[in-house]
Amino acid sequence: MTTTTNRPTNRIGLTTQDYQGGTSTLCAGCGHNSVTSQIIAACYDLSLDPRQVVKMSGIGCSSKTPAYFLNRSFGFNTLHGRMPSVSTGVALANRTVLPIGISGDGDTGSIGLGQFKHMMRRNVPIVYIVENNGVYGLTKGQHSATADIGQNLKYAGTNELPPIDICVEAIAADCGFVARSFAGDAKQVRELLKAAMSFEGTAVIDIISPCVTFNNQDDSTKSYGYGKQNEERIQDITFIQSYEEVQVDYEPGSEQMVKLHDGPMIKLRKIDRDYDPTNRWQAIQLMEEARHKNEFVTGLIYINERRPTLQQTMQLIDTPLAYQDDVQLRPNREAFARVMGEF
Amino acid sequence: MTTTDTGVNQSTIDPRVPIVNDFSIVAATENGSGSQTANNTLIRAIFKMGISVSGKNLFPSNIQGLPTWYTIRVSHHGYTARREQAEILVAFNPRTSEEDLTKLPSGGVCVHPDDLKFAQPRSDVVYYPIPVKELIKQINPPQNLRDYLANMAYVGVLTELLGIDRAQIEAALMHHFKGKRKAVDLNLAMVDLAMQYTRANLPKQDPFSVAPLNMTSGQILIDGNTAAGIGAVVGGVSVVAWYPITPSTSLVDAITEYAPKLRPAVDDKVNYAIVQAEDELAAAGIIVGAGWAGCRAMTATSGPGISLMNEFGGLAYFAEVPIVIWDIMRMGPSTGLPTRVSQGDILSAYYLGHGDSQHVCLLPGSMRECFEFAGTAFDLADRLQTPVMVLSDLDLGMNNWMTDPFDYPEQPMDRGKVLHTEAFEAFLAEKGSWGRYRDIDGDGITYRTILGNQHPRAAWLGRGTGHNENAVYSERNDDWQRNMDRLTRKHNTARTLVPAPLVEHQPGARVGIIAYGSTHDAVREARDYLRAHGVESSYIRLRALPLNDDVTAFMAQYDEVYVVEMNQDCQMMQLLAAHAPVHAGKMRPVNLCDGLPLTAVFVLNRILQHRNAL
Repeated sequence: MTTTTNRPTNRIGLTTQDYQGGTSTLCAGCGHNSVTSQIIAACYDLSLDPRQVVKMSGIGCSSKTPAYFLNRSFGFNTLHGRMPSVSTGVALANRTVLPIGISGDGDTGSIGLGQFKHMMRRNVPIVYIVENNGVYGLTKGQHSATADIGQNLKYAGTNELPPIDICVEAIAADCGFVARSFAGDAKQVRELLKAAMSFEGTAVIDIISPCVTFNNQDDSTKSYGYGKQNEERIQDITFIQSYEEVQVDYEPGSEQMVKLHDGPMIKLRKIDRDYDPTNRWQAIQLMEEARHKNEFVTGLIYINERRPTLQQTMQLIDTPLAYQDDVQLRPNREAFARVMGEF
Repeated sequence: MTTTDTGVNQSTIDPRVPIVNDFSIVAATENGSGSQTANNTLIRAIFKMGISVSGKNLFPSNIQGLPTWYTIRVSHHGYTARREQAEILVAFNPRTSEEDLTKLPSGGVCVHPDDLKFAQPRSDVVYYPIPVKELIKQINPPQNLRDYLANMAYVGVLTELLGIDRAQIEAALMHHFKGKRKAVDLNLAMVDLAMQYTRANLPKQDPFSVAPLNMTSGQILIDGNTAAGIGAVVGGVSVVAWYPITPSTSLVDAITEYAPKLRPAVDDKVNYAIVQAEDELAAAGIIVGAGWAGCRAMTATSGPGISLMNEFGGLAYFAEVPIVIWDIMRMGPSTGLPTRVSQGDILSAYYLGHGDSQHVCLLPGSMRECFEFAGTAFDLADRLQTPVMVLSDLDLGMNNWMTDPFDYPEQPMDRGKVLHTEAFEAFLAEKGSWGRYRDIDGDGITYRTILGNQHPRAAWLGRGTGHNENAVYSERNDDWQRNMDRLTRKHNTARTLVPAPLVEHQPGARVGIIAYGSTHDAVREARDYLRAHGVESSYIRLRALPLNDDVTAFMAQYDEVYVVEMNQDCQMMQLLAAHAPVHAGKMRPVNLCDGLPLTAVFVLNRILQHRNAL
């Protein structure tokens, strides 16, 4: 895979062009397009080989976006709310690829909530991105399960039910990487994506991604206006890839380093609060306090890389199951004869 | 009430005329009492004496305490279908014993605990009361084993009364307890005690006995789910996802048991994954993901699970993902009768999914086919890039059947039109370009690249939405129509690839019988009875959907065509009528939907009734 342009290239010789996809058909200004751009940027920055990535999605506006990035990667736009199970199968079949899953608040918070929880429970290695706008777009403006109480929409009226918080669900399911961000905060989205792509296990990023057509009025907590006004970063995040010979100078009081399994590090600079994302108890407390105070906190909320992945739990061979040949898959004659003999 | 050679039931048994190797036993017990051990021991011992034997477990959807009937049929004719009545009753369940007794023929036999008193005893039945509690006291087993041991008492009585080889009883117990001598000895002690008691106190007054034959040499006893599980492991399964549901659970249990024996771990690592999913939706999703990524992936379920898999059935059909779904059919609609047999999922499986979809369905009718079709299903799924359903049922799946041992597969696996990196390069060099859904060969089957292909142009985005030949999203009407036409073409290709029906033409016959699956043994037996009634019949046993020209020719050849199946709505008959509308008027249903395995007498009588009405 070589390119002949004069554009800058990354470590494996690819330009950002090599990470592009088709033209987006989403509305101009849709938050999802910003997330798509940051996925492209993060993959380029990490020098991911597109052949080592598989794009997964469910159904909805967000789930269309795998067509808009990484054209050189295989992908599967599956069924509404069922991307977690299909991704589980893909991850079992080929443990050498990195699944990047794109979902939305309807796809994850409503129809797919059960599969979402069980995927995390199994710790399927995947970067699971929820592009969360609190509203159904393709069906023209119904409240979703993440809509705030009191959210008022032109057609659907006022939402009377409490929201499902994707990050709280993830922490409760013992997901080892839980983050929240805002599509308008490009740098944070990108750094979180890079960290998630380097994490071993399920990594969930709930990205508030405004729907400019149906839910972008300033009083909506899922709007650009609200996000820009109220986003409160719990830390300043910088992802440091392992090959980078960086002088890791950090101030123990105000900065925290989180090391991932094969070398990369996440540098977290404290802002206003003393927060340790490796502490699950603190993560739950942060979420509960933010809910209570109506705070829009973003950043790396929880990280714990200790749980075994599904492939480890299943004791799978290191090479892809999908590439086992006849000889490897078929028992030998002696073993077969022994089993027949048991009867 | 032995079945005579014409299939007509005798109402009275003459105790002076010996009946050897041709009768049925019904053991009425409570479920959860360990009676399965007793029944399996009897079956295996008789089988090892070389006598044709079959067992049908009629059990409740319950863990402990509800009535269970286990029927054992001994037949020197080699008949194995269920019979409607048994001559020998083991009345070990006081809650059903009164009604069970009324079902015995005159001259029948009743073995029962001596403390069980019948309110309306019959004078035309031979009773063998056994002091079960007293015998248990003599053995004095641990408290928790008392109930289990009680059932071994009737094994002992029947062994003595019928002349079952005691050495084969011991061997069967050794097999059952996998050689654990302590368990074998405890059970054997009860058998021996009951035998001694019978010999000393219960003079034989009935005509029934077994005598060694050589009908079963070289054969094995196995259930269809175990056969299928072994077949799947031999057939190269690498991802299994499932959700527990009766009567399919034991299929995955068999994979779990035999995969480590057949494909042992290397350095503690294995090349298969068995995932218990959160529901059948997820089970289907997992295998769709694995199948799409290139694995041989399967699930096993039953009717309610099939309902949940509708959505993924449609996706896999339309995105053209190879998966295998075993449906061990039980009685529906709805939760229905979870522990009773039916063939009620023919239409829902064939048309699984909304919109226009038709699926390849395999219809095993024997233990050998349960084993072989497991591999065949993977080959067909890979060849056709589509879901393959295997429609077994509770009778095949959970009951023990005699069979020749299975053969090691000599054919290589068929992985279909998969282009790995080098093959893809060669393909491009030859054809110039590639499209995931482009029909190069005219058979409707296109060339597939899979995740991990290193060529930069090999990737594609799978989807359940409208797409063109290059797998790119399309809402164009011509793209849609062209794709659907190709899928129809592919289904017609499938007709030529699926296991063909087995046909037995009988010279001079005017009657043709069409059947499939577990009804085979009842049909086989019924044809003998029909002959005794002067009716010659030909027989075609369907082994797959879609239907092919063989069945059309069969229907054309016979004046009367009887379709035997176990469902209310004559589901296969509907498919046959659509397949060969010209001959549809000749068809008559021979269908039963009461939850019990079909009997030959039912098939005989229904055909005779239809003929009388002609």
